[in-house]
Amino acid sequence: MDEAWIALRLTLKVAGVATVINMLLGVGIAYLFARKQFVGKNVGDAILTLPMVLPPTVLGYYLLVLLGKHGPIGYFLKKYFDINLIFTWQGAVIAASMVSFPLVFKAARAAFESLEPQYEQAARVLGVSDAAIFFRVTLPLAWRGILAGVLLSFARSAGEFGATLMVAGSIPGKTQTLSVAVYEAVQAGQDEMANFLVLLISVVCMTVLLVSGKLVPGRVASGVHDHG
Amino acid sequence: MKKISVSLLLNLLLPIQVFAADLTVSAAASLTNAFKEMAPIFEKQNPGTKVRLNFAASGPLLQQIIRGAPVDVFASADQETMTQAQQAGFVKADDQKIFASNTLVVIVPKGGKQNPTELSDLTKSQFQKIAIGLPAIVPVGRYTKSALEKQNLWTTLEPKMIGTQSVRQALDYVARGEVDAGFVYSTDAAITPNEVKKAFIVPTEMPILYPIAPIKGSQNDVIASKFIAFVGSTQGSEILKSYGFGKP
Repeated sequence: MDEAWIALRLTLKVAGVATVINMLLGVGIAYLFARKQFVGKNVGDAILTLPMVLPPTVLGYYLLVLLGKHGPIGYFLKKYFDINLIFTWQGAVIAASMVSFPLVFKAARAAFESLEPQYEQAARVLGVSDAAIFFRVTLPLAWRGILAGVLLSFARSAGEFGATLMVAGSIPGKTQTLSVAVYEAVQAGQDEMANFLVLLISVVCMTVLLVSGKLVPGRVASGVHDHG
Repeated sequence: MKKISVSLLLNLLLPIQVFAADLTVSAAASLTNAFKEMAPIFEKQNPGTKVRLNFAASGPLLQQIIRGAPVDVFASADQETMTQAQQAGFVKADDQKIFASNTLVVIVPKGGKQNPTELSDLTKSQFQKIAIGLPAIVPVGRYTKSALEKQNLWTTLEPKMIGTQSVRQALDYVARGEVDAGFVYSTDAAITPNEVKKAFIVPTEMPILYPIAPIKGSQNDVIASKFIAFVGSTQGSEILKSYGFGKP
């Protein structure tokens, strides 16, 4: 069962890094969408949400074609930075974060948009800088809604399968995450291994749900009213 | 408008198309092109029959059958998987028929500079990644593993191996240049001659043979035997030959 623990560690690593990326990018971009008006906002929102809606195989194919040796991004990375993403855990991170990005983005945007504007306005009147307003007023008010999205994004990243299998392959100890390991165990008829793995995954997911229930009681972004 | 949506809904609920007999054939991934060409010819010769082809590595196909998938005919890329089906009680020993043979080859991306000529060349540093069907589920992976073990190269090469879910995935990775070499059947290498180059033939301990058999308890046993006979007929052999399969 060593394989299972290795797969678990790798899964947590991939999901953890993907979630951190999503948190930084998702919150930043969501703030932009919630506060600024610009051309193509709706199209931008649709494009950013697309990876969650697309079949994982479609996303996997896009990534394989774009990041592959002959793909526009893959070629550039290889030539100038000697970076190769296919068949690496970093490739799995990209697949996982693309799929789960919309969960953070949507939750954070909703949280920002539901804030009453008077707090930010009051701070502005008092001469507080924009950056300070964001970190000292907006973020503390919206954090619960954002956190709910972040935890869901972690769970979704940990469960990513289709795109990951296509981009990162199934290399034990390197790119074989729990969900891929389950698939392989079932394919090979190793029921004992499969049973153990699905139990392990169920426990991990249950833990995430319980933790998120503790941290984010009630509805998303209800934090607004606690302060209001 | 309402009428249209109601009829659309009804259409969705109806079965796609009803045939007298739906023959489900689970076949090894390497047979994809040959069987796809055979199916419509067989359907024409047997009006009212629809052949449903299901391709994957032989291992997963066996698991589907064991778990009760309604399969009528099973064509595997190795005797081992067929024997497992027999041991599990899903095919009879005397129903099995070998209908084709194949060879194991090493392929490299076309246009690349590497020209390996023997297995030991793969230990060189130019070969960072080598695609191989996962030995636990893909017959070509097992043939590869035993060939490498025989030359004491398996442990050296194992860290370079990129395991794939079927032989066709290994082919695809080489065709895209994502790996430096790959182990596939010569028939697979012939599918994408513009992207991959056959480097050399790998001698295997056992010949690579394809057995086919009807699944016990199939409701379409008559048409299943007919399909198996068709695969072994002159016409079937010609199609297999055109894709590079050898005689059994």
